[in-house]
Amino acid sequence: MQKIWLLLVLTTGLGSLKAQQVFESFDDFAPLLERTQTDTTYVINFWATWCGPCVKELPYFEQLNRSLAQRKVKIILVSLDFRKDLETKLKPFLAQRQFSASVAALVDSRQQLWIDKIDSSWSGALPATLVYRGDVRTFKEGEFDDFEELQQFVLGFFDPKN
Amino acid sequence: MKTKTGLGIGFFASVLFLLFSFPQLSPVTGLKVGDIAPDFQLKSTSGKMVTLKDYKTAKGYIVVFTCNTCPYAQAYEQRIIDLHNKMEPMGWPVVAIMPNDPSVQPGDGFDRMTERAKQKKYPFEYLLDEGQKIFPAYGAARTPHVFLLDKDRKVRYIGAIDDNADDESLITRRYVEEAIAAVEKGNEPDPSLTKAVGCMIKVKK
Repeated sequence: MQKIWLLLVLTTGLGSLKAQQVFESFDDFAPLLERTQTDTTYVINFWATWCGPCVKELPYFEQLNRSLAQRKVKIILVSLDFRKDLETKLKPFLAQRQFSASVAALVDSRQQLWIDKIDSSWSGALPATLVYRGDVRTFKEGEFDDFEELQQFVLGFFDPKN
Repeated sequence: MKTKTGLGIGFFASVLFLLFSFPQLSPVTGLKVGDIAPDFQLKSTSGKMVTLKDYKTAKGYIVVFTCNTCPYAQAYEQRIIDLHNKMEPMGWPVVAIMPNDPSVQPGDGFDRMTERAKQKKYPFEYLLDEGQKIFPAYGAARTPHVFLLDKDRKVRYIGAIDDNADDESLITRRYVEEAIAAVEKGNEPDPSLTKAVGCMIKVKK
């Protein structure tokens, strides 16, 4: 049941943002951070079209998505663009980039209430990346310099037997 | 059997996680509420060298790390001007510091800062953190990022200006103004620490 719901929410590869991928409230988004009952690894990147370092590292996540295609991994690119920019900036950007990873937008402006819930060490600066599988979590504030650094960051979640 | 393997992998992953993630933990540096903030001497777009000591009659200081280029800083630009215009007469001036390395973010070069300050008629000093020594000492992590200091330079509040970057009309908490009101009454601000989305401070690799 959970999986069906996930499929509904995280339809991939269309390059455009569907209404159900725009989260008005953090409470609706939070379950994506709590899928601990599966052996899927979640890589959740927080970014925005206005954030230079974020846009620069997005291709590394795309590369990761391709290189881990055979693994149980879900990469979700969570845009924190301003609500007013969703139609005018985010959608054209997504249409142009055609990401294979899932994209969502979180537009809950009550940031003080949810930044700590993503990770208590997070200042709120973008970009930031959360990786989790089951109860194991790791978080990074700041960008990855290259694909190798990102790969290294998620490596611990995949061992050869898995 | 499967469960056991799963647990084993989970344990293995946990160990790896610890090994890999420790160096990634953000260092616990910078100021906390209650600490005494260091003074500084920085070049202002007004042409002056500015230190906090210069503000002889101040009851405190609204130190804001901000910049030209970050959309969140831009969203707050007018609010920072308004904050200064409202609070400075009460003894609480804004002191703005631009923490980015202009060689990484050319739009934040001193000339561009001066241009912006002139264009928008900044009523407060807009300082360049030349050499990027001050923002790490304060522990600023993003733009915009506020450190509210009392006249003894004791940190009383750290965080956002208010609770809605997106839409001014939906603000329900004006954190900095509320914190100043609390300090003036002899109380501790509540909250004394808030978080908000912002731009990473640009540092040369």
